[in-house]
Amino acid sequence: MRRIFRISPIKLFVLSLAAPSLLWASTLWIHKVPSREHERINPMADSADAKAAGQLLFDDHCAKCHGEDAGGKGKRPSLLTERIQNDATVGDIHWLLVNGSLRKGMPSWSRLPDQQLWQIVSYVKSLKR
Amino acid sequence: MSTLAPGRHSRWVFLFTLAFTVPLFHATTVVAQERPYFITYTHEMEEPGNLEIEFKSVTGKPQAANRFSAANVEFEYGVTGWWTSEFYLDGQSTQHDSTIFTGYKFENRFRPLMREHWINPVLYVEFENTSADKTLREVVGHDGKDDFVDPNADSRRDKEREMELKLILSSNFKGWNVSENIIAEKNLTNEPWEFGYALAASRPLRLTASAHKCTFCAEKFSAGAEMYGGLGDRYSFGTRLTSQYFGPSLNWTSPGGTTISFSPNFGLNDYSIPRLYRFGISYEIPQILSAFRKGGTR
Repeated sequence: MRRIFRISPIKLFVLSLAAPSLLWASTLWIHKVPSREHERINPMADSADAKAAGQLLFDDHCAKCHGEDAGGKGKRPSLLTERIQNDATVGDIHWLLVNGSLRKGMPSWSRLPDQQLWQIVSYVKSLKR
Repeated sequence: MSTLAPGRHSRWVFLFTLAFTVPLFHATTVVAQERPYFITYTHEMEEPGNLEIEFKSVTGKPQAANRFSAANVEFEYGVTGWWTSEFYLDGQSTQHDSTIFTGYKFENRFRPLMREHWINPVLYVEFENTSADKTLREVVGHDGKDDFVDPNADSRRDKEREMELKLILSSNFKGWNVSENIIAEKNLTNEPWEFGYALAASRPLRLTASAHKCTFCAEKFSAGAEMYGGLGDRYSFGTRLTSQYFGPSLNWTSPGGTTISFSPNFGLNDYSIPRLYRFGISYEIPQILSAFRKGGTR
């Protein structure tokens, strides 16, 4: 039993460094998305107008914080990052729009109809470079 | 507090309306997606950092009393994603009587659950310091048409310092919003708790957004209905001797972000004012504090 707690000082140091980043990783919104939501497909994906409508909605509701080019503004994050454009599925982004990340300043956009949220998702995903 | 001559109230209303109509087609704002409610609160909080300025008015003619118009200006600020704070200034004008400032209210709304659920609760706490208030922003206890009979000079002597608590329950489903408010109000002097309720449902006229800019397309309009009334007090709970109202409501959001709302309300019993007409106009200033930082708003 005593051997379990015999950790070298170096290991202890490495663990103490890793703990905050592990904690940080677990608080990322993308890790909170339920698998059912993660796997959702965009029902507006086949709509030719979805991207254009999504851009207008983005300009109305999102651009003031995330920037007109979605590149971020001040402390507000860019939507052109690897996480949004590659790691996150359309279902993840839709989930974030519905729920927000209230503690971190991202409001819930559940006030918008689901169809409009998917239009925004179509536009955001189209920004992939 | 100033008392204006009766004939001057229309000028007062005009100036307020003008002040909030000027930014109607202003281009660089956020477009607030407002519900067409005047009484009922939803779980939808103000976006963090945004300031919404809102003017709401009501006019009615109680039986055996003079016609009145009352208005309040609201300043609603999103402190965080889960906390919205609001400050109101109230006034009213009564025909053949006077126009007076009736007091102020300060409220805070807290959203305890950080995710969207089937039913989303919000806790509401308000302090108000008013007298002769006729804005009818909620109906509690045995509020009714008799409260509108006394002249302003008499009714303003009665100061109301009240604490109000609300449980807001709200759901969004397939474009619809359904909200219920349960109200408990306590005059801080020795008066019993009074209760009330408000119910509302609404939906945008179209759920998908247009792919081109438009001013009067269907998604810019929301329509719904509201019902609200008193539920008596601690000693006489129920709908007996309470006023009850029901009415449709409609709003339109301009491309510049200004929202205009209208709702006729109908009294459902003899204790209510037969008809009330409500009008509202709101305008949202995004990220207000950034205007005071270096470089101003961007």
